[in-house]
Amino acid sequence: MSCGNSCNSNTTSRRGFLTSMAASAAGATAGLTLAPGVTLFSPAQARARGKGEAASSKVRWGMLVDANKCDDGCTACVDACADENGWQGEGNPATDAQWIRKVKVTDPGTGKSQSLPMMCQHCEEPPCVDVCPTGASMKRADGIVLVDKHSCIGCRYCMMACPYQARSFVHEPVSGQRTHAPRGKGTVESCTFCVHRVDEGQQPACVEACGGTKRGALTFGDLNDSESEISKKIATYPTQAIRSDLGLKPGVRYLGLDT
Amino acid sequence: MSREIHKRIEGRSPAFLALIAGLGILVLLGMGSAWTMEHNGHVITGMSNRIVWGMPHVFAVFLIVAASGALNVASISSVFGRTAYKPLSRLSVVLAIALLVGGLSVLVLDLGRPDRLIVAMTTYNFRSIFAWNIYLYVGFIAIAGVYLWLMMERSLNRFSKPAGMVAFIWRLALTTGTGSIFGFLVARQAYDAAVMAPLFIAMSFAFGLAIFILVIMFTSGGTGRELGEAMVRRLKNLLGIFVGAVLYFTIVQHLTNIYAAEHHAVERFILLDGGIYTTLFWVGQIIIGGALPLVLLFTPLFADSREAIALAALSVIAGGMAQLYVIIIGGQAFPLVLFPGKIVSSSFADGSIASYSPSLPEIGLGIGGVALALVIVAMAVKILALLPRTLADAETDPT
Amino acid sequence: MTLRTIISVLVATFVFVAISSSAEAAGRVTIPEPAKGKGDQCVADTSFMRKNHPSLLKHQRDDTLRKGIRGNEFSLKECVACHAVDGKDAKPVTYENPEHFCRTCHAYVAVKLDCFECHASTPDKKRQANELPKKHPPTNVLSSWRDLSAQTCEGG
Ligand code: HEC
Ligand code: HEC
Ligand code: HEC
Repeated sequence: MSCGNSCNSNTTSRRGFLTSMAASAAGATAGLTLAPGVTLFSPAQARARGKGEAASSKVRWGMLVDANKCDDGCTACVDACADENGWQGEGNPATDAQWIRKVKVTDPGTGKSQSLPMMCQHCEEPPCVDVCPTGASMKRADGIVLVDKHSCIGCRYCMMACPYQARSFVHEPVSGQRTHAPRGKGTVESCTFCVHRVDEGQQPACVEACGGTKRGALTFGDLNDSESEISKKIATYPTQAIRSDLGLKPGVRYLGLDT
Repeated sequence: MSREIHKRIEGRSPAFLALIAGLGILVLLGMGSAWTMEHNGHVITGMSNRIVWGMPHVFAVFLIVAASGALNVASISSVFGRTAYKPLSRLSVVLAIALLVGGLSVLVLDLGRPDRLIVAMTTYNFRSIFAWNIYLYVGFIAIAGVYLWLMMERSLNRFSKPAGMVAFIWRLALTTGTGSIFGFLVARQAYDAAVMAPLFIAMSFAFGLAIFILVIMFTSGGTGRELGEAMVRRLKNLLGIFVGAVLYFTIVQHLTNIYAAEHHAVERFILLDGGIYTTLFWVGQIIIGGALPLVLLFTPLFADSREAIALAALSVIAGGMAQLYVIIIGGQAFPLVLFPGKIVSSSFADGSIASYSPSLPEIGLGIGGVALALVIVAMAVKILALLPRTLADAETDPT
Repeated sequence: MTLRTIISVLVATFVFVAISSSAEAAGRVTIPEPAKGKGDQCVADTSFMRKNHPSLLKHQRDDTLRKGIRGNEFSLKECVACHAVDGKDAKPVTYENPEHFCRTCHAYVAVKLDCFECHASTPDKKRQANELPKKHPPTNVLSSWRDLSAQTCEGG
């Protein structure tokens, strides 16, 4: 790669990287998605790897959910995800896929409640990956936790292991899948951070949709890059991981949770 | 002793053929269920994204746990040198293999993609306890097979003792592995207990022996072989001890959980207000699976009556199924705790008890697995000299 | 009816069914007609593709999914897009249809794919609108088929 052992700091490597792919069409696409309201990401985050380049462990993708900006009743992120990845249900709530869901958290003492999205937390130490017998559950170099549906046998042990109930099993035959989001009966699936978009330098669909509602409760970016918006926010505000007691180091963090 | 101790059964009586046919139909029923589940997807079962493991897993885990326990009779004779049990060793090993095969079939046929079984056999994630279990299961079948062969081949008999030792150690590992499938799930409150492994071992002793007692009583009766009083009493006492052990570890399991504050809610759920799970725990697991057998086995009222012993074995099995239902399904029905101390709700039934009702295909699949195990045993006693010619006291207790 | 008549009727029926179905099968598979893809050539040499597409796809799949490598030539999405075949309604046919490019040869070699249980077997809507592919008449089909059988034999 253009950046050998000589560059130690993330920043330099990122810069070198950016220039190396300056002509990338995908970068341009990401710029175009800066529709009104989508003011939340800086060009530095919206970058694509070059063609044929593998995901790198220099990057650690993460998401920040600002609970203060998230409204009960708004499901823009959920709808956008379902549309992007084609998991609209069959009308059976218990068995339909839910890659992302809105959770209402109420304090029994004060009666105050908050609403927030819950999805795969893209743990650094993902229990689903540990328990998967075939290695279908896996973590990419850049921290995105995925199911390799080509080797998933549908044993569902990962669903037993996930503390966030973030995974769904495809209970029925599927048709009309999106070309970039294959899914089919008998395998397990979950939020991919819209890996197909991220790889092209775009933001996950939920983040874009949340920005589109002007709420901007979701921030996506590289946690390893201290210059990224998400890193700056995490450095500035107190944020939390859900079930941090389990020590899984999730890539999704929450801001403004009442404790 | 130079006479043959073991002898095949004739296997030509109408009753035997009817038995095989009946079991065969149940196996077909199981296969039909699996096909239906596969064809339509798991949507036709009671399982959901909340209750991801259902009735098939209750059956499968029961059979697998019982399999390692069924080996006990052989272990007692060859590892602990109790010669009285020796004539029963062969049957014990075959029963163990058959139960394991039955259980694994259920497990495999419930997979979302059973057609990819080859993937499970060829690609391993060595960090997964599940993958280790595949080794433990396959290894168990192989070791038990060799053990059986060494016992049956007279010239190799002397090696059967070390083989029995290996098999015994392997079976302990197997049950520990099966228990650990649950023990490793840190996020699930119900399974977060160190006592899970010994509990599963005690369960395996009890379930395996209960099935063994029923099988030996049934085959002795069916083939006109004598089953001596002394042998029955021995098996009975053993069963009583194992049932006591299961009760003991169950108490330990719940007491330790009650002491840990974060597990109060899940304990409350299982022990007090969990509806069907609470009922199954107290009535199924504790009364039918524990108290009733102890009464049947040890009160002078029944004075070693065979009916009482058979009934005790049956109730141990029923209680065992209830226990696994409570552990596997009750453990999932209780919601995961995402925000301790908060009330949580969502479209995904966060924060509420998940509902589950087993569907016919699931039960059919499970019963098919049981029937498969029994067919294997029935065919094996016809093909191989497994059953002792007699278990009359004079034979088994020469002293 | 005697037992003998019943048996001969059964045998005759069986023979008839066997012959007609094998004839039908023969008619269907001895001349596979994979429609030509769009453009002039495949993502690699045609004969190379015929022989090696299974392993190419497998590598591509692992590279994309596990390593995150995108935009390489052997993407299934791209095969489907470029090899789309129009049906009677002038829309690309799905894998349900035996005309689908990826089904044309496989019946003959008794390969059954599960790929399209998950993967879309038709191109993106966006793509369909922009660049609707045309169905090309099969070119030198017979010779290319011989080519294929020879290669698969030699391959394994
Ligand atoms: C850019 C368009 C394009 C793409 C993308 C493409 N192909 Fe092709 N393919 C073609 C064309 C055009 C031909 C016919 C070439 C010829 O006739 O020599 C062809 C021929 C083939 C053949 C031989 C068919 C025959 O007639 O025997 C196979 C097999 C094949 N492609 C498989 C694939 C696979 C698998 C992929 C995806 C990895 C793929 N193609 C991607 C355009 C494409
Ligand atoms: C159980 C569902 C499932 C099945 C069956 C399946 N795939 Fe996939 N496949 C996926 C998913 C999910 C992805 C990831 C898509 C992404 O990240 O863009 C994928 C990605 C791929 C990719 C890389 C993306 C692309 O379009 O090039 C290839 C190549 C691929 N699969 C080939 C195959 C082949 C060949 C088969 C059949 C032998 C197959 N897949 C069967 C789910 C499946
Ligand atoms: C020219 C004929 C032809 C066409 C067109 C064709 N294939 Fe194949 N395919 C074959 C042959 C022959 C084999 C068997 C190769 C072997 O066994 O080595 C095969 C095998 C495969 C396999 C491996 C299957 C297995 O079970 O091992 C996959 C995956 C596959 N093809 C995918 C595709 C896809 C996707 C397309 C459509 C883009 C396609 N093929 C179009 C001839 C063809």
